[in-house]
Amino acid sequence: MHRTNTQHTLTTRRSSLLPGEAVFRYVIPAGEYWIDTLRSGQRLRIVDVEGNQAADTLFFNAADVADRYSAVDTIREQGNVYLSYGSKLLSTAGNVLAEIVADTVGRHDTLGGACASESNTVRYDLEKRTMHSCRDSYLLALAQHEALGMSKRDLTHNINFFMNVPVTPDGGLTFADGVSGPGQYVEMLAAMDIIVLISNCPQLNNPCNAYNPTPLEVIIWDADVQ
Amino acid sequence: MADNSSLIRDSYQTVIEGGKHWSLNVSAGTLLRLTDIEGGANVGMLFYNPHNPLERYNAPDTLKCQHTFKLTKGHCLYSDMGRIFCSLVEDSNGWHDTVCGNSTKKSVAARWGEKSYQVHRNGWTQNGHDAFLVEAAKYGLGRRDLAANVNWFSKAAVAEDGALSFDAGNAKPGSFVELRFEMDTLVLLHTCPHPLNTAKEYPRKPVKVALSKAAEVIADDFCMNSRPENLRGFANTDLYKLCGCKA
Repeated sequence: MHRTNTQHTLTTRRSSLLPGEAVFRYVIPAGEYWIDTLRSGQRLRIVDVEGNQAADTLFFNAADVADRYSAVDTIREQGNVYLSYGSKLLSTAGNVLAEIVADTVGRHDTLGGACASESNTVRYDLEKRTMHSCRDSYLLALAQHEALGMSKRDLTHNINFFMNVPVTPDGGLTFADGVSGPGQYVEMLAAMDIIVLISNCPQLNNPCNAYNPTPLEVIIWDADVQ
Repeated sequence: MADNSSLIRDSYQTVIEGGKHWSLNVSAGTLLRLTDIEGGANVGMLFYNPHNPLERYNAPDTLKCQHTFKLTKGHCLYSDMGRIFCSLVEDSNGWHDTVCGNSTKKSVAARWGEKSYQVHRNGWTQNGHDAFLVEAAKYGLGRRDLAANVNWFSKAAVAEDGALSFDAGNAKPGSFVELRFEMDTLVLLHTCPHPLNTAKEYPRKPVKVALSKAAEVIADDFCMNSRPENLRGFANTDLYKLCGCKA
């Protein structure tokens, strides 16, 4: 997979946390979801195990799920359309849900949303409507976790960790080759108790993942581990 | 009986003052024209399927399906179900924003001070987020139903490093945009300031809203043919109608 020659230098920051000290590790196979609650102060690392795999991610305030990750509030308040080290992930009510405290990639997308059966028909072909998609994984996750009280209403615009979707100065949107790679990761510090929902993207129609969806790993550390 | 026959027949127009909100149901085949009367206006807008409001405007799908960051003539506004609420058949402006969201009570108070209704009556400083909540609630919708909205007439450009900047000169006096509805659509709108507008005074800019019947969509329609994706979006919308659904 080639790397894009991004003219702008990307800022990266490694984490000092050791996987051996984690309280939780789980590999999300491509095409599956993971949903869990992070307590305030816990850290979540998402690892792009084989490289250029999209982690379609949503966050919700665990105490009030209508207060959820807001892509538009996040990019407007940080004055930048890309997420990277230092980005505060804001909710619709303007609360900080989490902050990106380590990032070996330097740029993540939050404009492109999740793939869905229906948007695939528009982007690729009407006859691709039965192919698997992130939104199907999201819907299954909410249906299988009914106690959370969430439904399609709660599926809002997500983050695509490890995806590179540059905006051009004349207002175009391009889907560039990834700037991620095997073993790259992004790490978030939970600023409150939050529900995390990740779809490991099953997309087979987009060169973003070289038409080859691969596993992601999630790793969680408790607040007292430095 | 009062003769109201001249009031509304085949067309209607009104002026929405700055800092206000409205909502309306439009059927497929309606043309909606917005005009920025004085320049510097912003119109926040959200779209839902009135027959099933779980189907709603999806900004990410709209942008990625058409490989665009801005909205202008030729673009279609997509629902999350791969269908087209409306097409941008005319646009004198060239750039409309759909990624910056709304002003809030907090942001308006921080920038321009809070002007309460008690003191300022119709001159209070309403914000886009609360305006949408009020209109959404009229249809049983709430916080969970709000999504990334369009900000007509507003431009936020992006630099090489991703930095967003508001272009205060984008909305010129007399600028207009025309939406042709391809499906029955519930439209929520407000005329509150764009959240990145740093004008010295709360910008209270009026917008003319004109409604009429659109011409039939023909085979070489500009919006439908502007990208291969839009041909498929129209096909999805036609399929919905073929199956007898109101669209």
